Amino acid sequence: MNKDIILCGVGGQGTVLASKLIASAAMKDGQTVHSAETIGMAQRGGSVISHVRIGDKAYSPLIPNGSADIILAFEPAEAVRNLAYLKAGGLVIVNSVPVKPVTESLNDTGYDGKEMIEYLKTKCRNVIVVNAEELCREFGSSKFFNVAILGVAVGSGKTGLSPENVLSEIENRVPEKFRELNIRAFLKGEQIGANYDA
Amino acid sequence: MRKEYVMGNSAIALGAMTAGISLAAGYPGTPSSEIIETIAKHNNGQIHLEWSVNEKSALEVAAGASYAGARTLVTMKQVGLNVASDPLMSLAYVGVKGGMVIVSADDPGPISSQTEQDTRMFAEFARIPVFDPSSPEEAYLMIQDAFDYSEKYHTPVLFRPTTRVCHAYASIEWEENPQPKEYEGFVKDSKKWVIFPKLSFANHEMIEKRNPKIGDDFSEYEKNTVTGNGSKAIFASGVSYAYAKEYIKDRNDVILCKISTPYPFPEKLTLSVLEKCDEVLCFEELSPYIETQLQRIAGVHHLPVNILGKTTGNGRPSGENSADYAAEIIGKFLGDKPKDKANLSDMPALPVRPPVLCAGCPHRASFYAVKKAMSGRKAYFCGDIGCYTLGNAMPLDMTDTCLCMGAGITVTQGLHWTDDNAVSFAFVGDSTFFASGMTGIVNAVYNEADMILCVLDNSTTAMTGHQPHPGTGRNMMGDIIQKVDIIKILEGIGLKKIITVNPFDLEQAVAAVKECADTKGVKAIIFKAPCIAITKPKGKMEISDKCVNCKKCIKEIGCPAIIIREDKVAIDKTLCTGCGLCAEICPANAIGGEGNE
Repeated sequence: MNKDIILCGVGGQGTVLASKLIASAAMKDGQTVHSAETIGMAQRGGSVISHVRIGDKAYSPLIPNGSADIILAFEPAEAVRNLAYLKAGGLVIVNSVPVKPVTESLNDTGYDGKEMIEYLKTKCRNVIVVNAEELCREFGSSKFFNVAILGVAVGSGKTGLSPENVLSEIENRVPEKFRELNIRAFLKGEQIGANYDA
Repeated sequence: MRKEYVMGNSAIALGAMTAGISLAAGYPGTPSSEIIETIAKHNNGQIHLEWSVNEKSALEVAAGASYAGARTLVTMKQVGLNVASDPLMSLAYVGVKGGMVIVSADDPGPISSQTEQDTRMFAEFARIPVFDPSSPEEAYLMIQDAFDYSEKYHTPVLFRPTTRVCHAYASIEWEENPQPKEYEGFVKDSKKWVIFPKLSFANHEMIEKRNPKIGDDFSEYEKNTVTGNGSKAIFASGVSYAYAKEYIKDRNDVILCKISTPYPFPEKLTLSVLEKCDEVLCFEELSPYIETQLQRIAGVHHLPVNILGKTTGNGRPSGENSADYAAEIIGKFLGDKPKDKANLSDMPALPVRPPVLCAGCPHRASFYAVKKAMSGRKAYFCGDIGCYTLGNAMPLDMTDTCLCMGAGITVTQGLHWTDDNAVSFAFVGDSTFFASGMTGIVNAVYNEADMILCVLDNSTTAMTGHQPHPGTGRNMMGDIIQKVDIIKILEGIGLKKIITVNPFDLEQAVAAVKECADTKGVKAIIFKAPCIAITKPKGKMEISDKCVNCKKCIKEIGCPAIIIREDKVAIDKTLCTGCGLCAEICPANAIGGEGNE
């Protein structure tokens, strides 16, 4: 099985943890995994992207355009920015809540993410839209969205990952203080993904 | 054996440990920083490990240990190699006894750097071998080979991964508890270890005779590979090889040649490929290094082969390659039909996201205080390398120049000598102050410049991932050490006016800047407040209904936690850390700590 997954968002949204969880869960299944991360200056509020490649037919650390099976977008405009990676018939899971850059507050262009979601829907057949604020309200912080959106992906059945493996990796990697909330966020996301019928 | 999913930088560290290093020294710099940090994680005390004060120090510390026969590792980013170039050029002549590998991580793009310089060119300039890994897995093995070659030829060796190798992740299987290689200890021999013109002449001659032999050795090196058949060949190195392989996959009708040792160039191996080809494409990042080598070899041997690459317009001159760019360039070279692409030309305008200072960052408050104090006065603001370079962004707009580590301090002196009506400022972080700021201050005092030094002391090396430095009281061996005191250094240099302020106390900070601006000579303000990423946030701010929506907070400080929601100024609670800078500037007194009003 070869799966190429793009995770994208804005620095500070937790894409790196989500990509590590995918990688380690796939390795538990005996898969070869490669990934690449954005580290450095861009982490300070810039656009960030993780490429996760599952399977032994991946030579490059970066996913070629038109090859990603799934895009997990933590922010609507970032989904559109990286849409060229998606393969025909691929799945986009996107958060509808925008992150407005400081430049946007200074010169308001009215960016609210809605136009991005509409565009995604005109370009792709398979789009799951989730609202991070609503989804995470019961957990008290949108910081749990990274694990929740991972739950949506796993629940959709398109990642090839078993929920058990991801859950056990959450237990391994997340500090005890936040473990319970992360598990609940994952399970809630998984439910949403399972209800989606592509 | 232990198997772990690790970053390329960790693979490099584990490879060096497996090779038996006794000492590792470096200076933080993206994309190289995690190498030293990985060694710290696995060090059982047998390796002397240090963040040196800068790259020059790191290389010299390692040179001493290598003279004694110990295997040593030095790490830095590519611009760090400029700082270390003085000892490197001489060390190439003197040579080493214990294997010494200098990792200099290149950053095509550039993603987090000032330049797109190419360490392969530096290796040729210094006349020392260089290795160029194409993946984390290969880096783990290749750095072990690099140590062997270093000892075989008694020369320091460069190892240059690029960002996409450093920050890629893969599974590495490695031996736990590697032991440092035993070494003899320093044997005095002034004819060997003391560089003089006579020794330089003799060793230069030796090196020029030796290097073609290393090139022949590299022609046999297993990680320089030739696969496939046909009359067309692609030469690639580093991660560009991985991109090329991603496109070629198992195709056999084209030759793919991987150059893992760009200098001394594996000429015999290359010649064997060039002789059977009509056309060759060089696919590489940064300089057209392989390409010019092939042009040279084809010229010397009068080969009827067409060599394509950056110099012929078959490759972009700057920026990084990618799997897509490989498909475009190689596809064209091989005459393949391009793959159908999704049409995304109707994409809506995307918001731009330049990196910004974090919400609650003390640098924002420091810059704002200086800006306020200098309002209506002519002033120059010279910046430096670190998070605080981001002070250039609107609306702060507080960085007029940025050149290289430590340069703000000396550039501002130059500006002062052209215009003494302006107040000349230099902003420098605490780690940069130690790395290369101190000599610039001495220069200012000695030459009687008029300037204000602003040390943005956040007690860490923030941009590269919070490494300790001499002012933090911790080192990489895990020891608590006596802090090197910036104020005492400045006093020792002879500064008469040194004011320490908390930048979040806006009134006091503004007063300190004004006081310094009205005093002649070299003055310093230490803006002391810890990096928000390593401290517990104070809480959250709240906006009350007293807000008149004047947006002064947004227009003046540019904090990412202050946003506009439904046409009203609002606080993004997920980002706010409660620093209170916005409350201090709010003319309507509408912002307070959560639960206040």
